[in-house]
Amino acid sequence: MLRDITLGQYYQTESLIHRLDPRVKLVGTIVYIISLFTFQHFSGFAVAALFLAVMIRLSRVPFRYMVKGMKAILFLLLLTVVFNLFLTPGEPLVQIWKLTITREGVRLSVFMAVRLTFLIIGSSLMTLTTTPNNLTDGMEKLMNPLKKVRVPVHEIAMMMSIALRFIPILMEETDKIMKAQIARGADFESGNLLRKAKAMVPLLVPLFISAFRRANDLAMAMEARCYQGGEGRTKMKPLQYKKRDYLAYAVLLIYLVTLAAVRIAEGMI
Amino acid sequence: MAIILDHVSHIYEKDTEMAAFALKDVCLTIPDGQFIGLIGHTGSGKSTLVQHLNGLLAPTGGHIYFNGRDIHEDGFDKKELRSKVGLVFQYPEHQLFEVDVFTDVCFGPKNLGLSVKETQLRAFEALRQVGFPEDYFYQSPFDLSGGQKRRVAIAGVLAMKPDVLVLDEPTAGLDPKGRDEILDRIAALKEETGITVVLVSHSMEDIARYVDRIIVMNRGSVLFDDIPKAVFAHYRELESVGLAAPQVTYIMQALREKGLAVRTDATTLEEAQREILRALGRDGK
Repeated sequence: MLRDITLGQYYQTESLIHRLDPRVKLVGTIVYIISLFTFQHFSGFAVAALFLAVMIRLSRVPFRYMVKGMKAILFLLLLTVVFNLFLTPGEPLVQIWKLTITREGVRLSVFMAVRLTFLIIGSSLMTLTTTPNNLTDGMEKLMNPLKKVRVPVHEIAMMMSIALRFIPILMEETDKIMKAQIARGADFESGNLLRKAKAMVPLLVPLFISAFRRANDLAMAMEARCYQGGEGRTKMKPLQYKKRDYLAYAVLLIYLVTLAAVRIAEGMI
Repeated sequence: MAIILDHVSHIYEKDTEMAAFALKDVCLTIPDGQFIGLIGHTGSGKSTLVQHLNGLLAPTGGHIYFNGRDIHEDGFDKKELRSKVGLVFQYPEHQLFEVDVFTDVCFGPKNLGLSVKETQLRAFEALRQVGFPEDYFYQSPFDLSGGQKRRVAIAGVLAMKPDVLVLDEPTAGLDPKGRDEILDRIAALKEETGITVVLVSHSMEDIARYVDRIIVMNRGSVLFDDIPKAVFAHYRELESVGLAAPQVTYIMQALREKGLAVRTDATTLEEAQREILRALGRDGK
C-alpha cells in the first residue's frame, strides 16, 4: 500500500555516495539540477545521463527501486509532455482535430520529459543516500551565513529534520490504522469521490490524534534534555570535509567543464 | 470450519536489500472452538502470521484456506472473511475515532451492511461481553482510561460476531489487574459462545492457564505446536529462543532435582500446589 512510495526514502546500504559529506551531495544536486537547464542539444543530455548513471552505479541503490518510486509522479510527467506537445507553436507535424503537434513541440516535450526524469532521479538519489539527520545537518551548515541576516537557520533545520523523521513513522501508523479499520470491514477503495472522502474519516481521526500525541511526547522528551535552540549547541559528529569530499567536488567540476565543452563544440559545428 | 495454512511464507520488502523472511514455510490448522496461544519473541513473525489469517497480508508463498476455500482465489469475499475472522490489533485503542463509544462499536457491523437495529443490538451485546459499564456508552472514547479504551476496541471487533477471534497482544501496556480482567473476559467469552480464540502474546505466564494449545514461533517458523504441558517440557529450548516457561515449571523442575518426586508438568499455581502436597504425602489432609 503506502509503503510503495519510495521516492526519496533513505535506502540503507554501504557505498561511496552514502559516505560523502551531505553538503557535497546538496551542492552537487543543486548544481546538477541547474545544469540540466543549460543545454538544448542531445549531446548535453548524453553527458548528464552518463554522469547520473555513474552516480547511481556508485550509490549501489538498485535502479529498479528508484523507478518504482517514480510511479508516483508519472502523472505529472505525462501532463507536462502532453501540454508541451500540443501547445508549442511552430512548424506543424500532425493535425488531429483542432490540436496540432509541431516539430518544436515534439522536441520540447521530449527534452522536458528527460529533464524532469533526470531531475527527479537526481534529487531522489540524494535523499536515498543521505539520512534525514545528515541532510538537515548539511543544510544547516550550508545556510549558516544566513544567520547574520537573522534567518533562524537552526530552527528551520530542526523543523525539517523532525518533519522528515516523522514521515516514515506516520506512514507506518497510517498503514497500521488502515489495516485495523479494514479488519473492521472498512472499505477505502470502492465508491465515488464523496464516499471515498467519507471513508477516510476513520483513518484520519486516529492518525491526527496519534500525530499530536507523538508531537507532544517529542516536545517533552526534548525539554527533558534541556533543548533550547541552536544557541551554543555543539554536535557529537560535526561535519568535516574529508579527502573524498574534495574529490567529489572535483568530479562535479569536471562534469560542468565537460558539459560546457560539449556545448561549445556543438555550437561550432 | 477451520483455517488451514499450507506452507505459508512471507517476505517483507521483497526484491530489495532489506528483504527479510517474516514467515518461513508455516503449516497450521486452526480448528473450531480451540483456545490457542500464539507465542514468540519480538520479531518472531507472530504479528505477520495473524495478519494472514484474515487476508490483510497475502503470503508470498503457500496458501491459506478458510472453510475449504483459498482466501486469495478470485471472487473470494474478503469482507465476509474479515467479519468471520475478527482481528484485534496491538494497541487497538489507537483505532478509535467516533464521537462516542457506542457509535464506534457500531462501525464494524455497520460496514457489514446490517440494519440499524441489528447493528445497535450487536454493539450493545459486544460492549456487555467485554464488561464495559453502561454509564459510559455515550462518552467520547478519548476520555476513557487505557483499559476501558481497549475494551471498547475489542468490542468493536466482537460486534461483527466473528467465528474466530484473533487478539494480538491484547494485554500490552496494561497493569496486572487490567491484564487479568481482559484475559478473564476473553476466557468467559470463549466459554459462553464457543468462539475460536487465537491469543498472541510473548508471555507464557499470561496465557498458560487459559489456552488448550500453544504454538511457539521462532524466526518465522513454528517451533512447537502442542498442549501447554508438552510445550513447557521444552523449557530449555524456550529459553534459548528468548522465551520462558511459567515460573511453576521452574519450581517443579528444581524440586525434582532436589529429590522430591513431583511431576513437572503443572502449569498453574493450583496444580503445582496439589502436586507438591501429593508428593509430600499430605493430600486430602
